[in-house]
Parts: sequence; C-alpha cells; structure tokens
Amino acid sequence: MEGTGQTKSEGEKNTRTIAVGTIARVEGEGALRVTVKDGRVQDVELKIFEPPRFFEAFLQGRHYDEVPDIVARICGICPVAYQMSAVHAIEQIFGLHVDGALRDLRRVIYCGEWIESHALHVFMLQAPDFLGYESGIAMAKDHASLVTRGLRLKKAGNAIMTLLGGRSVHPVSVKVGGFSRVPFRRELEGLRDELLWARDAAVETVRWVAGFEYPEFTPDYTCVALRHPDEYPFNKGRIVAGTGLDISVDEFERHFSEHQVSYSNALHCTLQGAPYLVGPLARVNLNHDRLPQAVMRVLADTGLSLPLRNPFHGIVARSIEILYALEESLRLIDRYESPSAPSLPVTVRAGTGIACTEAPRGILYHRYRVDGDGVIREAKIVPPTSQNQGRIEQDLRLFLPRVLDRSNEEAALACERVIRCYDPCISCATHFLKLDMTQDA
Amino acid sequence: MRDELPDERGKKRASGESRKPRSSRIRIIGLGNGMRGDDAVGLLVAHRLRQEIGDRVDVIEAEMAGVDLVELMKGANVVFLIDAARSGQAPGTIHRLDGSAGSISAPIFPRSSHAIGTADALELARAMGVLPATVIVYGVEVENTEVGRPLSSAVAKVLEQVVGRIVQDCEACRA
Repeated sequence: MEGTGQTKSEGEKNTRTIAVGTIARVEGEGALRVTVKDGRVQDVELKIFEPPRFFEAFLQGRHYDEVPDIVARICGICPVAYQMSAVHAIEQIFGLHVDGALRDLRRVIYCGEWIESHALHVFMLQAPDFLGYESGIAMAKDHASLVTRGLRLKKAGNAIMTLLGGRSVHPVSVKVGGFSRVPFRRELEGLRDELLWARDAAVETVRWVAGFEYPEFTPDYTCVALRHPDEYPFNKGRIVAGTGLDISVDEFERHFSEHQVSYSNALHCTLQGAPYLVGPLARVNLNHDRLPQAVMRVLADTGLSLPLRNPFHGIVARSIEILYALEESLRLIDRYESPSAPSLPVTVRAGTGIACTEAPRGILYHRYRVDGDGVIREAKIVPPTSQNQGRIEQDLRLFLPRVLDRSNEEAALACERVIRCYDPCISCATHFLKLDMTQDA
Repeated sequence: MRDELPDERGKKRASGESRKPRSSRIRIIGLGNGMRGDDAVGLLVAHRLRQEIGDRVDVIEAEMAGVDLVELMKGANVVFLIDAARSGQAPGTIHRLDGSAGSISAPIFPRSSHAIGTADALELARAMGVLPATVIVYGVEVENTEVGRPLSSAVAKVLEQVVGRIVQDCEACRA
C-alpha cells in the first residue's frame, strides 16, 4: 500500500539495487528504475502501463455515438476530459458548433471533474507528503477535519458530475452534439449552496497549502497549455508554450512527436525533441491573466510570484484551479437558461477531426477518422501523463543528486514525492509503481 | 413481505403513512469496474440484489468508488460491500470478511480510482471515525480483469450464490 523500503543485493559487483515495493498515492501501474554510477545519476527510466493505447485499437470499427461512453472508461478520474476531446473532434468532422447553454454545461461538467480530481490529489495524495504522513489514512487520524473538508470539496464536484453526467464516475449523458439530457434551471440552482460553501473552503485550501514548507527546486520548464482569448481554458483554445509556440490544435502532430522507449509501453511525447510540462502549473503560468480577479487576489495573497517554477507548487496551482472551477461553475449556473434541445441534430459525414481539451492533468489530444457510415476507422489519443513522462524523468535527474547521500529508503521516498507533484494518472485500474534504484556500493 | 411498488418518479405515495419504513440501516454497495471482466462482479451482484430486495434495502452500484466509499457508507448501520478479490485462491472462491472488526487484507482487493481500494477506504472511514457499526465485505476471487473481457465462467457460476448469501444476511439483520 505505502512505499516500503526493501534493499537487495544485485549480482553485479559494486552496484546495489534498491527496490521499493509499492509507491503509494499515484494513479496507475508502473515502475521507476534509477541507475547511479560513480555517484552520478545515469539512467532514470519511468516505466508505465498506459491503457489509452489499447483503446485506440478498441475504438476502431465502433460507431461514433459509442465513442463518448467507451472513452469515458479509459479513466475513472478524468472521464469528462476523454469525452470532451472525443465529442469535439467528432463534431469538427460533422461541422457541428455546440454553443450557448450547451457549451456552458460542458464547461460546468468539466469544472466538476477538476474539482473532484484536484481535491482528491491535494488532500489525500499530496498533502500527506508535506504534513509528514505516510498516507492519507494516517493523516486522517490526526487531521480528520481537514480530510472531511477535502472529501466534502470532492463531493461538490461529484454532485456536478452526477447532475450533468448522470453519475459521478463514467458519466453517460455527454454525446456528440450536446447531452442526452440537460438539467432544469432549478436543478442546477440546487447545487448552489454547496458550491458556495466549497468556494470558501477552496480559498482556505489555497491559504493552507501555500503555507507548506517547499524544497528549493526550480527546474527550467517549457510549459504547454491551451489558451483562449477570454477564458481560462477547458474545451477550446490554441496550444501555446513558454517557448513562444502558438499553434492551432490541428497542428499538434507537426510540433509534438511521440516516440517509443524500450522500457515503457507508454509513448513519450516531446515538443521539438524536448520534454515539456502540462497540467495545473503550466496552465496557471500561461493563463493567469484569464483567471477572475477574485481568484487572482487569493493567489497574490499567497506571496508566491508567477511564473511558478517549483514542481512542488503544483499543489498550489491545483488548489487555485479548484477555486477557479467553483467560481466558474457558479457564474455559469447563475446565467443558465435551459436550451431548446439537449443536443444538436447530427448529419454524419466522413472525415478527420482533431480536438484538444484541458484534462485535470493537462492537454488531452484526440484525432479520429470516421467513414461515411459514422464508423471510427482510426483513433489517436495522447494523454497528459504520457506528455509529462519525460518531464518527470528530468525532474528526478535534477532532484536525485541532493538525496543520494540519504539512505536508500529516504532517497526512494524523495523520488516518490517528486513523482506525486505531477499527480500522474498512469492507468486506471491496477495500481502499483515499483521503484528500483541501482547505485555504487 | 415486500413493500408496495414505489410510484413513478418517486412521488409521495398516497398510502405513504401506512407504508412500512424502508430499512435505511442496511445498505448494499457493489464495487468494481464494469468494463474489466471479473472486476464487474460486485456491480453485477448489487444489480441482482436490487431486483431481489431493492424495495427493502438501499442498493448502490458504485463503479470505481475509491475514496467516495467513505461517503457512500455514511448513515448506514449495516453495510454489505461486494468487490473483486485476488488472493491466489481458485477463481470463484467467495470470501466473507468482517470489515468492522479490523483491517481487511488490502492486497487481495484491487485498487480503484486514485490507488484507494476497498480496504483503504474502510481504513480511512475508521480513521475519521465514520465507519458504520457493521461492515461485511464479500470478495469474489477473480480470474481476469482485462479491459473488454467478459465475466469468466468461474465467477459467473457463483454470482447467484453470493446474491443468496447476502439476502440471507439481510434477513438475519432484519430479524
């Protein structure tokens, strides 16, 4: 369950392998192998098992209207992101423009997913690292009220997902053209009181996490995120990077390339050959001028200056985004009027469609080729964690030298903490991450 | 004896006052992932129990509940959880564990969302002081949990047996 140190000898002379059984509080199955020679870090290999690859094949031959339900199953934590990227890509092929109240509802359900996902990571997965507990359960014994706040915040996100998606996990109402059912105004208003409580709790959460003690660690990142002319990005925008890159989503594959590495069955994605960062930290850095004043004031009060360069500050960025998602959902609920129809009529046509939306962990790219019968002939999915893989490895390379003088167990725990900054969503059902570190005896 | 059927859309029934109160203290929660072969067993058992005794007890099919299990158990006195288990025993083996007495073995229960499985969620509820008085966990030993696989015959064979045992347990609770 938790990372437990276990040392074993390896046959090779002058080397030893540190094997850490299970790294806790990451989503997915994988392993990390670190090789240290002559006191220097040689290889850092993050091995992960990644289901989207299987789903790309699984989707071929399926009808377009099955896609939202199928891709929702890729991840129990970010199903809305998968649904949104999928429906936007398919709507591009069919020439559909989902706007007005339907578009607002898509933003609201995305807010629900960010709140759910971020609240869990902040309170249960990463906070124990800063408060000195081995797990969220151990933390709950001493800080039951904090955990209660975290779970209630998460529940506010669940409530949005349940109302708009039909259920809190693997929502079923999102479809190409809109939704299968849209809520009445009074149903959305029913969420209001709890969202108002959650907004206050989110402000407290930002203050709480900003007060943690952070290691001095500021790697030079290339941040990548969507950018929209007016909005903090969810469903739409251009892809921008700290390097000055500013491209339409359609150009993604011209600038970003996936390549295989021998030690992982997830592809590594690079921007012009170099690793980059996606997710809350990248979004806040590239889009802070799209945050509402009220949210910016809370961020300014933390005393942290932008851009945030320390990956450990990801927990602050995540908390800021919880607050943003609550502000945004309240704003959209207040102006909501039921649309005349829950979805737009669809005329099937053949073609290729591309979309990118902001999943809780960063940009999620989908491309589909559909034939004249509406059957998927090709699917490509690039999830955020595969994009962050290279960046995690780089961070570990930079961070490891400062912990090599520690015991094997402590060094391994430090690696776990670095990995957890990214909230990696490695897979969606079976979960363990083994860590092997080989270094000079 | 069964209660009368509920009205459409949960409208208050005319005979509401004379109706026997629904036993809100017993809650059945089926866990798992419906798309991963035998991992669906908890959901399928819960679905069957809804048909059998859903008019008398709360039944929830909680796909990939993870930490939400803490919230789902709140307010109930007796909770029956059904989940896939993997301990190395023959597929279809039925485990019955008392979750309220102490920690149940984490490794035999597959983890769900955010690496928090049934055993972890029970420990979290215990740590927070909100664990219901009685929590019985039924674990069904799985054969395969790969995406897109159907239920194995070993697990399919014992499904009704699990349903029957939980019906009996519920009757014993209500006696």
